[in-house]
Amino acid sequence: MVEFALPKNSKITGGKTWPKPAGATETREFRVYRWNPDDGKNPSVDTYYVDVNDCGPMVLDGLIWIKNHIDPSLTFRRSCREGVCGSCAMNIDGQNTLACTRSMHDVKDGAVKINPLPHQPVVKDLVPDLTNFYAQYASVEPWLKTTSPTPQKEWRQSHEDREKLDGLYECILCACCSTSCPSYWWNSDRYLGPAALLQANRWVSDSRDEATGERLDNLEDPFRLYRCHTIMNCAKACPKGLNPAEAIAELKLKMVERQI
Amino acid sequence: MSASDTPKRSMRTPLGRVRNLGAAHSGTSDFWRQRLTAVAMTLLMLPVIVVVMMTLGSNQAGAKVILGSLPVAIIMMLFIVASAWHMKIGMQVVIEDYVHNEKLKLVSIMLNNFFSIAVALASIYAIIKISSGV
Repeated sequence: MVEFALPKNSKITGGKTWPKPAGATETREFRVYRWNPDDGKNPSVDTYYVDVNDCGPMVLDGLIWIKNHIDPSLTFRRSCREGVCGSCAMNIDGQNTLACTRSMHDVKDGAVKINPLPHQPVVKDLVPDLTNFYAQYASVEPWLKTTSPTPQKEWRQSHEDREKLDGLYECILCACCSTSCPSYWWNSDRYLGPAALLQANRWVSDSRDEATGERLDNLEDPFRLYRCHTIMNCAKACPKGLNPAEAIAELKLKMVERQI
Repeated sequence: MSASDTPKRSMRTPLGRVRNLGAAHSGTSDFWRQRLTAVAMTLLMLPVIVVVMMTLGSNQAGAKVILGSLPVAIIMMLFIVASAWHMKIGMQVVIEDYVHNEKLKLVSIMLNNFFSIAVALASIYAIIKISSGV
């Protein structure tokens, strides 16, 4: 059966409270999930105080400040710091989002609570293991597939057909949506999840692609596609404002369309 | 994830694990039928409520008169078929979502089919029996 409680070795124990920075006039409390694969201990939540007058406004700025000034062992992914790369996806105040685009001022009610993306194996601290997620993306074969002779210049596309990719091509594969989806929590070994399905629909919707039917064949499965029950957590979580649930509904419509 | 559910260490590649046995090439029929039966039940709901209200307080002879009418009996039977089918698909989705033990899943889906068919047939039999007055 699906396990609703955390396994024994994932139960969170009390963590360390780090001293407030000396000389800081205004601080913000950060409660951050910590887990080290090397010490054999259960995960814990450490409390830090960030000097908000000495750091940028975003949650990622706070984490970088902690790493630079308090605890260099704090581990997280980050790269572009402007919502383009998707590296710093994490659960902030109960919501999967990007730490670089979430302002710490938008987190109301006390401490900024930060956990890794839910229901993924943790590599260390806030770094989840997304191997399965990336393999699912690879399984939708996210590239143009054609059999017609390659044109001398480029594969042409009308403006109208190009517009059909809006709302799909912007996905940065941060995994906020998939890891917010209960169906993905329970069946991520077989359900492709919102991100991979949105990407699948991006290629199914591409007028230049000649493998649309094959792509739909590859998705037509009670688990790969039909685990989506349209609860919309994905659309709520997406930091880019996309709607994976709608993309999945479009895929289902195309499945019905080719049968009826 | 409990220890018993933890996948055994495998040297298979992540892509190999995701592709696994391939797509089943099914699921669309169930998806379509679930919506079809939902629409059918929505349309049949009102007449069914009216029939149930009419039979309230009447004895078997009264019920026989109402259900003896062919359109009424057909509406009732259509509603039973639509709802039993919808119930079967809905329950199967729940089982597939939450039951991960393959043997238990197989048995649960089998029992779900048996139960839905039995409920539907028993209900249809009851309607035929009352309406024909046997």
